[in-house]
Amino acid sequence: MTVRNVDIAVLGAGPAGMAAALVAAGGGADTVLIERENHLGGILKQCVHDGFGLLRFGEKLSGPEYAGRFVHMVREAGLAVLTSTFVAEARRDHEESVLMLVDQSGVTELHAKAVVLATGCRERSARQVMIQGTRPAGVMTAGAAQYYVNVLGYLPTTRCVILGSGDIGLIMARRLTLEGAEVLGVFEAKSTPSGLSRNIAQCLDDFGIQLHLSRTVTRIFGGDRVEAVETAAVDENMHPVAGTEERLFCDGVILSVGLIPENEVGEALGVPMDPVTKGPVMDQNGQTQVPGVFVCGNASHVHDLVDYVTESGELAGAAAAAFVTGRRTRRLLPLKADSTFLLYAVPQFVDMNAPESGAVVYFRSREERGLTVVAITAGGVTVARHSYQHLRPPEMERLDIDLSRIPSDTTALDIGAESLVMVEVRS
Amino acid sequence: MRELTCIVCPNGCSLKVNQGVDPWSITGNLCPRGIEFARRELTNPTRTVCSTAQTSFAAVRRLPVRTRGEVPLASVRSVMSEISCLVVDHEARTGDTLIENVAGTGVAVVATADLADLMERENCNGRPICSGD
Repeated sequence: MTVRNVDIAVLGAGPAGMAAALVAAGGGADTVLIERENHLGGILKQCVHDGFGLLRFGEKLSGPEYAGRFVHMVREAGLAVLTSTFVAEARRDHEESVLMLVDQSGVTELHAKAVVLATGCRERSARQVMIQGTRPAGVMTAGAAQYYVNVLGYLPTTRCVILGSGDIGLIMARRLTLEGAEVLGVFEAKSTPSGLSRNIAQCLDDFGIQLHLSRTVTRIFGGDRVEAVETAAVDENMHPVAGTEERLFCDGVILSVGLIPENEVGEALGVPMDPVTKGPVMDQNGQTQVPGVFVCGNASHVHDLVDYVTESGELAGAAAAAFVTGRRTRRLLPLKADSTFLLYAVPQFVDMNAPESGAVVYFRSREERGLTVVAITAGGVTVARHSYQHLRPPEMERLDIDLSRIPSDTTALDIGAESLVMVEVRS
Repeated sequence: MRELTCIVCPNGCSLKVNQGVDPWSITGNLCPRGIEFARRELTNPTRTVCSTAQTSFAAVRRLPVRTRGEVPLASVRSVMSEISCLVVDHEARTGDTLIENVAGTGVAVVATADLADLMERENCNGRPICSGD
């Protein structure tokens, strides 16, 4: 077995990992980018729809185009890249992270002074939403359907329902329709959609696909293949309402029921997780509670825009490069989210000793709201505030903090709604 | 009064359009692109069509493609039909034109990935560590 040492190991070559590795290597650190798949780009490779990169490049790119730009940068920078390489085991040893890498040539023990976790997220599966029983073919996640259609060129269903209104489900409703399948409807158990409004407009409304809120799939029929589903309305406790059942004949059930950050390697390294975001507890530069272990992109919390994923990768890459050149003591202030108002806010801690004076806070509202002023306070002193026209749970919002405005005796930061004004425009 | 969701950017502004006055009153937009979108949406709605094309290469079954610009929403089906007849038989690169004037829209269909890249295995494959090659 080979043993190698590097400054920084970046795990995952999707948009977060590529950005992190580019910045880390650019800062002079000996960096290696590790990817389990054959090619760089992560999930963007199969996201052939457009809408990526508006913030980053001022253009509406498709997923492969967005990824392609970073793949070219990775090649031009001459980064050390390992593809088809899997991290089989991870452990800490004397303030280093030790990764057991498996590839075609065998096993390598990689010792890294810093690790950047850019492992993305996974789709919630049928078993995780309590779809039990036999396993007829035709029940699949939206991402799996996307892979079948866009990469393999197969149409995995001719007539289907979509369970859950996440963005990938909406995107696949359009994609399957364009490829000739019939999408009978999108069923969302919650009373509000999970996906972005623009995706409901351009993926469902354009094609006359119905979005059924407060309605779910209660049964799936079929032996070898899905033959039908039963849908039913649900009450506010998510229990099906008797008498509202309807049977729809179909050969596919596409699931778009949520994404969960993937942190198996982080857990193996002893990184504490936030039960709400399901990602590591971190500071504004992605450093976790384990010194030298950083996280970025969807592994830290699920983002809705790749542009922000790239940004988080760059922050983590820069911070990892700074970490390996000279350690400094962090002074961490907890950022406490008002949970009656917010689903979550990240980062969980703000490092007051960070060299950059700015920090970016991301949050999601618990409910749909009109004009809302969101403020971050330090012991009653407002240190950041911004007004938002609209807050919706599917839409992640950002708020910048200037650390120099935080009083030196501050022990905690709070984020919440400063005032709520509902504005109704009538004319 | 028409209500629209702007699809120009991720903000997804809820637009309210009053067509009963001249010029139309359009509210709810955070930027001027919302005004332009609402006008177009209520006169000649347009969309970018993104899809994949068949290739003649066994290792890469599909090549991601899209229309270079937007096409009329009413033409989306015929654009898809033409894309479904396309077989890419050369190593097209990102941005290369594959169909000049798709479905008579005057808009081209272009590749959104490098076919050669999709075929190639990354250089460093199978080696324990490589740097910069």
